[in-house]
This record gives sequence, structure tokens and C-alpha cells, in this order.
Amino acid sequence: MKYLYALMLGLLLCGGVVGKEAAPLADDPKVEQRLIAISEELRCLVCQNESLAGSRADLAMDLRRELRTLIKQGKTDSEIREFMVSRYGDFVLYRPPVKPSTWLLWAGPFGLMVAGLVALFVYLRRRNTEVAAATGLTDEESKRAEALLQEGDK
Amino acid sequence: MNAKTLIPLVLFAVLAGFLAVGLGLDPREVPSPLVDKPAPAFKIAQLEPADAQFSPEDMKGKVWLFNVWASWCVACRQEHPVLMEFARAKVAPLIGLDYKDQRKDALGVLKRTGNPYDVIAFDADGRVGIDYGVYGVPESYVIDKAGVIRYKHIGPITMETMEKTIIPLIQKLQKS
Amino acid sequence: MIPELGQFAVILALCVSLVLGTLPLAGAHYGRREWILLARPAAQVLFLMLALAFAALSWSFYVNDFSVQYVANHSNAQLPTLFRFGAVWGGHEGSLLLWVLMLSGWTVAVAQFSRTLDDTMVARVLGVLGLITVGLLLFILFTSNPFDRLLPAAENGSDLNPLLQDPGLIFHPPMLYMGYVGFAVAFAFAIAALLSGRLDAAWARWSRPWTIAAWGFLTLGIALGSWWAYYELGWGGWWFWDPVENASFLPWLLGTALLHSLAVTEKRGSFKSWTVLLAIGAFSMSLLGTFLVRSGVLTSVHAFATDPRRGVFILVLLVVVVGSSLALFAWRAPKVALGGSFALMSRESLMLAGNVLLVVACASVLLGTLYPLLIDALNMGKISVGPPYFNAVFVPIMMPVLFLMAAVPLARWKQTSIKDLALRMWIPGVLALVAAGLVPSLMGTWTVLTGLGVALAVWIAVSGVIQIAQRLKSGLPPASFWGMHMGHMGIAVFVFGVTMVGGFQEEQDVRMEPGDTVTVGGYQFKMTGIRDVPGPNYSATQGVFEVTQNGGAVRMLYPEKRKYFSSTMPMTEAGIHSGFTRDVYVSLGEPLEGKAWAVRVYFKPFVGWIWGGCVFMALGGLLAMMDRRYRLKVKAGALDAALVKGAAA
Repeated sequence: MKYLYALMLGLLLCGGVVGKEAAPLADDPKVEQRLIAISEELRCLVCQNESLAGSRADLAMDLRRELRTLIKQGKTDSEIREFMVSRYGDFVLYRPPVKPSTWLLWAGPFGLMVAGLVALFVYLRRRNTEVAAATGLTDEESKRAEALLQEGDK
Repeated sequence: MNAKTLIPLVLFAVLAGFLAVGLGLDPREVPSPLVDKPAPAFKIAQLEPADAQFSPEDMKGKVWLFNVWASWCVACRQEHPVLMEFARAKVAPLIGLDYKDQRKDALGVLKRTGNPYDVIAFDADGRVGIDYGVYGVPESYVIDKAGVIRYKHIGPITMETMEKTIIPLIQKLQKS
Repeated sequence: MIPELGQFAVILALCVSLVLGTLPLAGAHYGRREWILLARPAAQVLFLMLALAFAALSWSFYVNDFSVQYVANHSNAQLPTLFRFGAVWGGHEGSLLLWVLMLSGWTVAVAQFSRTLDDTMVARVLGVLGLITVGLLLFILFTSNPFDRLLPAAENGSDLNPLLQDPGLIFHPPMLYMGYVGFAVAFAFAIAALLSGRLDAAWARWSRPWTIAAWGFLTLGIALGSWWAYYELGWGGWWFWDPVENASFLPWLLGTALLHSLAVTEKRGSFKSWTVLLAIGAFSMSLLGTFLVRSGVLTSVHAFATDPRRGVFILVLLVVVVGSSLALFAWRAPKVALGGSFALMSRESLMLAGNVLLVVACASVLLGTLYPLLIDALNMGKISVGPPYFNAVFVPIMMPVLFLMAAVPLARWKQTSIKDLALRMWIPGVLALVAAGLVPSLMGTWTVLTGLGVALAVWIAVSGVIQIAQRLKSGLPPASFWGMHMGHMGIAVFVFGVTMVGGFQEEQDVRMEPGDTVTVGGYQFKMTGIRDVPGPNYSATQGVFEVTQNGGAVRMLYPEKRKYFSSTMPMTEAGIHSGFTRDVYVSLGEPLEGKAWAVRVYFKPFVGWIWGGCVFMALGGLLAMMDRRYRLKVKAGALDAALVKGAAA
């Protein structure tokens, strides 16, 4: 009987009979989620343009370990970013901070879009008067020419 | 030719100018935000004797050179002779930070090539390195009497840098 | 011997391209017929020379000639034959030879397929292409020669970078280069038009098929790169806004604007200056991209090994080509006649608005990519501009473009009204809103972004279907009609894929040993084993996974962790099963204690639609290119005559 129990115990310890539900790699999935979110926006300094989240470099793993500790200590996202910036500078942020040196960067695209569309509007307005003057066709004649052209279009 | 059609050419010229300047820059070189800030505090064991400790507090009142190195770091071998020279000239205390290393490997290298350091702190897990913004060994810091970092050098120190930049800076700080 | 022949062929090619780049252009200017007629044969000889050079280099790889420096750097005796061929363009020198080979390929194609085009025009176009070839060949001969010898020869080569040992990556560079280089044709047509002073609808009609072809190749090239990153890097990501990725995207954005602008110039005679500028711009972006990738000014995972001399040379080439063409533009463009008039609200103006937005998008990506360089050059420190910036900026700019895409084909030329458009678009509008509410909720959670993404995709798709249905009533439409709709449908499919995978993908990082299961996205993943498998030039550990859904069909996945003999970094091969509506994806991380491994498991809904959409776009381009109108033997100038006649009647 003793031997039977020992056998069963041995089999159970081997653990191969019934597979289990895989355990998450991280101790605390919620902390891990926050870590991934924060480190995706941080740069791995020893890599050729990779984020801290994905890199397998030694320094990246060390830094992720540090950040995990900070998250567990209850630090906010901006405190964690500050931790990194005070040691490595703005270079470590993939989302460039908004400061005078980056106003052009952040405002540029939308400014360009607005300026472009306004310029387009002004240009179109002016163009119509120019063309009318150039061709000498009246609006009525232009419309007729247009209709004829549209027929040819199909 | 009118002003409007010249705009693309002008914009391109500006762009080309920046690209030309860019050719002379190194995008991987990261300046340190720690310059002109107090050296981060720490208190860790020394490489040898292992029960002794080191802290930047110990160096208050002196100007010193803080050098981060490791036995596995190939570039550190390049700057080693320069550091030996620095130690021989007795310009200022040279403190080493052995970064993410094994004690016996570090001691072995020092025995083979010589030990220029007055004291060596042993940063086993790299935490101190992170506080100092270390991302590529070797890195060196010139720290003044008040414990403020005045200069950071990334990569091996060449004789030229030592003579033209580091030593003059140390001497200037020592006078003040 | 063979490498020397290859070298000689390149030198001969330089001589021929010098002839091609000078005499025909001079001939066109001074009216010397003999010089004009030199263009076509010169183009043919040039192509032959470069083909021979490329063949010589390929042969050196095939026979493992490690006395050639380039072969020794990028190949290895154990490298499988297929990859040996791909290694030809695996490094800087060889990829440049491929670049210039393709340029001569496009040049000879233009020479071949332009029989009905005026000889003087052809001479100019081929001449410009010849000049560009001269610049590139000088670059190759002086700084990047693939035929340099390594003496004494190496025992064995360093091997091709393991990341490049993959069929997907073999085709990615050639497709991309076909695109980059193809825009040189539109560029050459534009320059030729500026030189001759004849910027008319005929020029636009001639440029269009070439531009569409280049655009199609570039679309496929970018898609291939993205797909490769997805399955090779093991993280399931497909776009990283890396500087080199952006470098390929910039010409694509301007190329798309150019495509549409050419359409308007061809049909309506409008936008001539703008179209010419776009043609110059698209090729300039190709050259700029080449500079960024090979000069070392930006950090990127893709960057080739750099050498400051090369950077300077390419910059000089860039300045000469782009600077002179923009100077020519400034000088000649104002003399071009204005096209017809059109109202503030018309198909023309809406297309122009779309164009402006595409150019703004391109400028924004360029700004973000170059900003770190800008700040550094001005001594204002070092910053990084990464995905958070690009996503925040690019998406809002593109949304109006997507909106317009559905509406513009319904707008009338010359004049249309909002009421008119609204009447035609209420069905797509309603369906889009319904889908926007329904689909994300069905998938899990509703967010503004997923709602918008689905809405825009459905808006474009439904609008396209309705237009096709209506058009079919009046007979079978031409190929270009199908091409446009397929292209737009491709965008809708792409947007849907991006929205779905971005909003609803699931992943888990777990510790697994044989026998364990994990459930992700409704699928059960069971690790049934782990074993060692040897490869030709690597050794690998392979995980065996069974994937089921509610006990249904079993798929087997075999993710691997490979150790190539030539490299210290381990490579991941993900195990992926691709389906129409989802991918299931397993990637091995690091080995843990015993038989356990860190495993990453993903559920990616509709991710295949991202690249499927790109394929649709490229097919659309192919269809549009094949339209019979481009093959009609209409003499240049006759089209203009027809327009004038119609207007006077």
C-alpha cells in the first residue's frame, strides 16, 4: 500500500499527466500591462531605434526591472517618465515633450493643414476670376463648353 | 520667374543645409542631463575589500574623476593606459565603478593590466549605473568639491581628451 | 575574371549613360536629329551593360567567390542557394547596383513603349534618365563598388544577416526599388515637359501609366516589408514609423497625390504646374530616402553600414538633381497656360483638397523624421520622435482624405453642390454610421477610434459599390474605372484591417511547458512538445502547439528559436496560422527552468486585411495602367486639338 501511494505521488509530481492552464509570465499582470504601456513610449538607448518594451538588450531588461519597482511603489506615469528623463534626457521619450523647442514639431502639421486649405481656398477664388478674364468666355459660354466636354468624357 | 515658384527651391535649400550639417553629427551620442546637477547619492560595497563601502559623500571637498568600467567591456581596455597615466600623474582621485561585473573577473583584469583606481565601487546589479544615466560603458564623470557633476564623457577617454579637456577642467575646479 | 568583367561592364555603362545624358538633350535643344535618334539605342546598350554587371555579381555569389569583398561580407558557403541570390542585394553596394539596373530597365522600357510619342520628347525623357544614371554610376564606381577584391580571399564568408534570410525579405527590396526608381520616369517626363515648354494634357496622358506602375510597385514593396516585420520579428507589430520606413512612405504619399493630379491634368488640362511639382517631389523623396538610409544621419534598425564619404556623395547628388529641377521649375513653370475654370465646389477642387492633405501628411512625416536632426543641428539638444507622435499627427490628417475618397468620384467636374453630393451619398453615410456602432460593439468594446475607422472603411466601400452598380447600367466601364475602384476598395480594406487589429487584438505573455494550455481570443493554445531541429546554417529549438477553437479544427503551429552559426543574436520564427478573419500567432521567448519556456500568444483579428488591402491597391493600379486609352495610337497634340474644338463649338 505504501508503495502504491509513493507511486501515485511520484506520478503527480511529474505533472505530465494532465497539463495545466499556463500561468502568466509576470507576477502581477496589471503591473505588467502598465509597464508595457509606459515602456512602449520609451526608447531603448542601446538599440538602433527600438522601444524599451520590446528590446532584449541587457540595459533594457534592467530598466524594465526598475520601472516595475517604481510602478509597484505607486508612482504615476509622469513621475516614471521624469525618472527616465532626469537620467537620460529627452532623448529617451518617443513622444517628444511639448516645450518651446518642439512647438514647431507639434504645431507644424496642423498649422500646415490649415494654411494649406486656406491657401487652396484663396487660390481657387482668385483663379476663377483670372480664367474668366483669360478665356473671354462668359459664364454661360463656359457652361456650354463644359457640357460638350462632359459628353466627350464618357 | 516669380516669387511663388521659387518657394520649393528655397525650402529645399534650407533642407539640404540641415542635411549637410547632419552629416557631421552623431545621432547615437546622447548628452547627459546630469551635468551641473548633484551627483546621485549611493552607498555600495567596494570591489575589494568586499566589506568596505563607498559613497560620493566620502569625496566631498575634493575634485574627482568617476570612471564606469567592466571586465567584459572591450573599449575599457583602450582607455586603460590613459587612466594609468592619469593615476601616475596624481592629478586627482580616480574612483572606479565596476558595472554589472563578477568580482573575480574584475580583479583578474586589474591584476593583469594594473589598477589605476584609488577606490572601486562594485555595482553588481547596475542600479547605480542607471542613476548616473549610464548606457554604454565606459563612461566618466568629473565631479567637483561640492559633489556636482561638471562633465560627462561617453566612450573611452583618449589621451587628447584627457589632456585638452579633462585635466584642465579638474585643475580649474581645484582652484575654486 | 568574372568580377573584373562585371567591373568593366559598369565602366562601359557609365560611358554610355554619359552619351545618353548629353547628346539627345543637346540634340533636342538644337534640333540635331542624329543626336535625338541616339537616345533609344543608347538606352538599350546601357541596360545590356548593367544586366551583364548584375549577372557577374550574381554569379560570384552563386559560386561562392569569397575573393570578392562584397560576397565575403554578405554570404557564406552554407547559405542556401535561394538566399545566395537574395544576398546580391543584401548590402549597400549590391543594392545600389540593383537600383541602377532597375533604372536602366525602366529607361529601356520607356524607349520601347513610346513609339507613338514624338522623338524629341523621347530624347529629352531618356536624356534625363541617362543623367540620373550617370550620377548613380559615379557614386557606385567611386564609393560603393561591389566588385572590389579581397586578397587573400576569405576561407568562408561572414554570412548574410540572418534577418535577411527569408523569402519575404528577398522580394521586398526589389519591389521597393522598382517603385522608387519608377518615379524617376514621371520625373523625367516632367523635366522634359519643362525643357520643351510643352506642358499639356498629352504629357499627362503619357506620364500616367508609368506613374501608376511605379506607385503599384512601391505599394507592394512597402506592404512586403510590413508583412515581413510582422511574421519575422516575433512581436506582431507591422509598422514602427522607423526613419527608413518613413523614407519609403514619403514618396508613396506624394506619388498618390501625383496619380490623382495627373488624372485631372489629363482630363481637364488643369493643375499643370502643381502636377509637375509633384512629379519632381515624388522622385526627390525617393532620393532623399536613399540619402537617409545610407548616410548615417538617422538611427534606424534598417540602416546600411555607413561611411561619411557616401553620405556626402549622395547629398551632392540630391542637391544637384533636386536643386536643378526646382530651379528649372521656378524658371519655366509660370509660362504654362492656365487650364479650364472650375467652381469652388467641384470634382477638381475636391481632388485638389485631397492632394493638399496628402502633401501635408507627407510634410508632417518628413518633419517628424527629420526633427531630431534639426534640433541637433541647431545645438538645441537631442530628442526622439517616435510612434506616439506620428500616430497622433498622421491619423487626423488622413481622415478627411478618406472621407473625400468616397465622395470625390461622385462629384461632377467643374461644378457640383453639397446638396447634390448629399443626395448621392446618404446610403453610404447611413450604412457607415450603422457599422460604426455595430461592429466594434460586436467585437468587444466600442471606442471613438474604432468607430471612426469602421465608419470610414464602410463609407468608402459602400460608396464604391453603389457607383459601380450605377455605372454598369450604361455598359461595361473601361479598365481605368475598375482600377480606381479597386484601388479605393483596397484602402477601405486596409483601414478596416488596421482598425480591427489595433482595437481588438489580444495577447498574453505566459510561462508554458509541454502539456500546458492558454486561452487567448477564444482560441485554446496547447503546447504539446519542444524539440531540437537542425537547419543548414543554424540550429533551432522548436515548440509544437495545437490550436483549437471550442474543440473544433486543430491547427499546428511550430514557432522556433534559431541560433545561426554566424551570429550571436538568437532569431525568432513565429508560428502563425493566417485566416481570412484572424491570425493566431505564437512566439517563443526565452527558455526558463526545466522544459518551460516564456511564450507569447496573440489573437489578431483581420490583420491579413492590412496587406490584402495593399494587394488590392496594387491590382487596381495594374488595371488602371492597362486601359486601352493608353495604347491608342493618338499623336501628341491631337488630344489638345479635340479639347479646343469641343470648346469652340
